Amino acid sequence: MQKYKMIFWGILPIVLLAAIIMLIVKNGTGVQSNPAAPIEVLNIEKITLDYEKGFEVKVLNSGPEEVTIAQVVVDDSFWNAEFLPSDTLKRFETGTIKIPYPWVYGDPHEIKLITTNGLIFTGEVAAATDTPKASPELFWQYALIGSYVGIVPVGLGLLWYPFLRRFSTRGMHAILALTVGLLFFLVIDTFEEGLEMAGEAPGVFQGTGLVWFGALLSFLFLVAIDQSNGRKLVVNSAQGKSLSYKIATGIGLHNFGEGLAIGAAFAVGEAALGTFLIIGFTLHNITEGVGIAAPLLKERPTWKTFVLLATIAGAPAILGTWVGGFIFNDTLAALFFGIGAGAILQVIYAISKLIFKQSADKGLSPVSWLNFGGLTMGILLMYVTALMVKF
Amino acid sequence: MSQKKEVSRRSFLKAGAAGAFAIIGSTFLNSFTSAQKSVQTMDKHQLHADMKNQLHEGMKHGFIPSSEKTKGFQMAWNALTNFDYGKVSTLPDGRTMREYEITARETNVEISKGITFPGWTFNDTIPGPTIRCTEGDVIRVKFRNISGHPHSIHFHGIHPTNMDGLEAVLPGGEFVYEFEAKPAGMHVYHCHVAPLARHIHKGLYGNFIIDPIKPRAKATEFSMVMNGFDLDLDGENEVYTVNGYAFAYLQEPIKVKAGDLVRIYLSNMTEFDPINSFHLHANFFNYYATGADPEARPYFTDTIMQCQGERGILEIIFPAPGKYMFHAHQSEFAELGWMGFFVAE
Repeated sequence: MQKYKMIFWGILPIVLLAAIIMLIVKNGTGVQSNPAAPIEVLNIEKITLDYEKGFEVKVLNSGPEEVTIAQVVVDDSFWNAEFLPSDTLKRFETGTIKIPYPWVYGDPHEIKLITTNGLIFTGEVAAATDTPKASPELFWQYALIGSYVGIVPVGLGLLWYPFLRRFSTRGMHAILALTVGLLFFLVIDTFEEGLEMAGEAPGVFQGTGLVWFGALLSFLFLVAIDQSNGRKLVVNSAQGKSLSYKIATGIGLHNFGEGLAIGAAFAVGEAALGTFLIIGFTLHNITEGVGIAAPLLKERPTWKTFVLLATIAGAPAILGTWVGGFIFNDTLAALFFGIGAGAILQVIYAISKLIFKQSADKGLSPVSWLNFGGLTMGILLMYVTALMVKF
Repeated sequence: MSQKKEVSRRSFLKAGAAGAFAIIGSTFLNSFTSAQKSVQTMDKHQLHADMKNQLHEGMKHGFIPSSEKTKGFQMAWNALTNFDYGKVSTLPDGRTMREYEITARETNVEISKGITFPGWTFNDTIPGPTIRCTEGDVIRVKFRNISGHPHSIHFHGIHPTNMDGLEAVLPGGEFVYEFEAKPAGMHVYHCHVAPLARHIHKGLYGNFIIDPIKPRAKATEFSMVMNGFDLDLDGENEVYTVNGYAFAYLQEPIKVKAGDLVRIYLSNMTEFDPINSFHLHANFFNYYATGADPEARPYFTDTIMQCQGERGILEIIFPAPGKYMFHAHQSEFAELGWMGFFVAE
């Protein structure tokens, strides 16, 4: 009897809700209001350029109603266009518009879509260039870029390990503090990139929210993993190693995001990835290797560990470049950057905890001038090398 | 498509220019792409060469308007040749009285294939009806405002100041404008309620022709109003037209007879852009600014410009059969809808 009562009280609100919705659908809300302007939202998701065929524009109708595109205007000029599957897009429907426009290499172009209600949606090509087409050659080129940005610098950074090993506890703490500084820079950077992507993503998917949700969930997820591991492992020996893996994972996620941005920029011709830019990324990311090596200073890792760490932290850059270059999506990118930021935050939390714990054990100050200097150094290093890659 | 490409590529090679182009192309491209991409240079150049020989069908033409005779298209064609002479009667003093009815209201107007503009209109069209009379006639315009905003009609010309259209006629209100039409020439009328730019750009304007007592030479006559439409209300026009529908006379050229006199009553009611212009291809015309001075010597040219509210009369004789393009010489206006053809037969 008690059980039935419980089920009744659990179901009652749902039944009432259904009844009210039915009533509203049938009779209206009783609140009279017409929108002052038609509500139509088109998102220009991707513009592909081809020397022979002109532009190909992928659009998504993310508004509440059906949208019909009446005319296409390119650079203040009405232009012929072919709509696939149709010039009318239902809610959440994606369409392709083929515009045979003789675009000019290196010039900016502006594509306006005018709907039947006279609303205008604009897509921009910052600097026109033939969109790279998927080919084994391009696949390889992207992999090369990814490894310059990810694997090479992380691997080189790890080579400092023997040098760093000769430091005292205080020196090691300073290095760990430096790592915190590096990671702190990366968190901010990742959030910024994520929010930027979120701004580009269709409003209906709430990109900004996705960044924060992704960050919170990935942070808590990693904390939860730590806790369950902590309960299982009473012995504290593998602590440094597991911390290194976590840093590598966090940095790997960040590098995936970095690869994503590079690949996407490359694909739309925004970034001419010249030698200078690649050197910049290599320099910028070399410090990441130091960060990964720092918690290992008291352990006896084998070279296999280093190879694995370099792969975890660096290889995602390759993957990211592929994804960014071939199948870019702002919404997913925003979510991804959020997850990356959360992961890095958790690593900062873990390293800080380690510094505090060891300092307490040895009677040292956790925020000594040396540690503060390390942290400042970490942020500065990232900031200065970032000057080479920000554009 | 791919077969056609093959042929053109081969013929291009035959022409023997490929080698020269390859050298020019590769040095050109190398100067701003990294060296590792030079492998692709040949390919790109080849595409360029192909493009030159046989442009993509669409790239050759830019924009081909739909052939569908939409409501907006019909409206523009009516505006071209419909002259409203009013309801004619004779006054006791012998003068001719012409009575017109003009109603202001909100109307959705089609300004290009598929694009609807929420307009404010005189008699449901943009531009409003072309009012036509002879100098000395008494004009009586019964103006009704059934829109949601105050409006008025301000006629250009010489008339008593209490008939100048500065007083707003409130929604639901009426007013009768009555005055003697003078001077002969080409004029305009428009709403004169503040804010002016908004009231005018939304569509409250039209041509007002006063014929001289001694008639002008017999001709095929057209009325044209140049205008623009600001769709997103950012103070810039997105679409430019003649008589309210983009590319109306590109879709279907205006037919005229070679050797005959063609007269165009042209005005500029474009808002936001200070000037608009009219350019005729492959021919010249005589231009009478305002057309009010009987002794004025016309301006013989192929391009004229008009400031906002300026107007004039064009007299054209097409020397031989053919397709004569006309458009605004602001290329932007032309490609955003203000372009058409005369076909002389």
